[in-house]
Amino acid sequence: MFVLVVGGGKVGYYLAKELIEAGHEVALMEKDPGRARAIADEIGSIVIGHDGCEGKYLGEAGANRADVVAAVTGDDEDNLVICQMAKHHFDVPRTIARVNNPKNEALFRHLGVDELISPTRMILGSIEQDIPVHELLHLAALGENELELIEAHLQAGSPAIGKAPRDLSIPDGCSLFAVIRDGVATPLRPDTIMLEGDKVIAIGKQECTDLLHDQLIGDPEITQTAGA
Amino acid sequence: MKIVIVGCGRVGAAMAELYDATGHDVVIVDSSTSAFDRLPDGFRGRAVRGDGTDEDVLRKAGTEGADVFLALTEGDNRNTMAAQLAAEALGVGKSIAKLNDPVRASAYADLGIATLCRTGLMLDAVNAYLGLPVSGLPGMQAPTGHHPGAAHDEGATGHEPIVAVTAIPSGQEA
Repeated sequence: MFVLVVGGGKVGYYLAKELIEAGHEVALMEKDPGRARAIADEIGSIVIGHDGCEGKYLGEAGANRADVVAAVTGDDEDNLVICQMAKHHFDVPRTIARVNNPKNEALFRHLGVDELISPTRMILGSIEQDIPVHELLHLAALGENELELIEAHLQAGSPAIGKAPRDLSIPDGCSLFAVIRDGVATPLRPDTIMLEGDKVIAIGKQECTDLLHDQLIGDPEITQTAGA
Repeated sequence: MKIVIVGCGRVGAAMAELYDATGHDVVIVDSSTSAFDRLPDGFRGRAVRGDGTDEDVLRKAGTEGADVFLALTEGDNRNTMAAQLAAEALGVGKSIAKLNDPVRASAYADLGIATLCRTGLMLDAVNAYLGLPVSGLPGMQAPTGHHPGAAHDEGATGHEPIVAVTAIPSGQEA
């Protein structure tokens, strides 16, 4: 496979090295000439000291015959443009973008980037498993319909305490379906009264999360004071 | 018209001043507060400090419901991303990105945003003055297509042809 890596930071550098070791044809683009030379001294002439966002240089680097373009710079806007240019201008079959701001994931997906790697999201996901937070926990993204599996930990201040799901205005396309109480998971029925300490599991579209947050977590200041 | 401008540099500030003075509803966004010093004292529009590629900032600036969105920062890619956010996520009808790379300017016009390429504009302004033929490089381009959206999910090869459906007669923006 011919892989064009754009961005010669730590990620791009190690990625290129690993790919070469695995026997792939690799070109690495890095716009900072000093950095490009330093990498070239070590891994050879596959390094192109030009800006991979620029159409002209992307073409010269062989984007039109690349099987994969991996945009791994530190800037989301650059990674988006690299992938879009690769995909729509050079017909690259597979584009991969590093996404730093998790909020950009939906836009990148919508704009046709094939695969997203979000270090922030990964670390966040890992931390959220362990530390109590007064936010909704995003447990998983399901399929390509932007459905999310969400957990809400009901703490003092939550407007849902003492109420049943049917008393709340749950947004359309969203379902509260289980409650974890004292480590036991049970289905959440419309008339189940929710208690402090409950973990409510919901499934719904990404855009429902703000409404769900209002209904299940409540005013962040109140919950923070109460929780801290 | 309601006009949101990202980037309060010379061009952004001049446009904000002009549109404000001619009775339009203007919001200008920049990541640096000192950039707003370029605005005139009598500016009646709104200035919002923030990153123009951040969807929340753009919402705060009232991009949803704006008629025109102009991305005029120094960075081609920042402009491209901001303009696409405005067009695709926030439903702005006329979204314009300043793009100094002619290749990207044409490519993104094909992907549904209007592009403004200084390289072509300047060359042809000089050529017109010198009586030389036009360069053929893009200047102000109306969208010539729209981006294939989530269509990549279905495509086995990953590539979908770009279909021109939203072409606006050129000159309408000028």
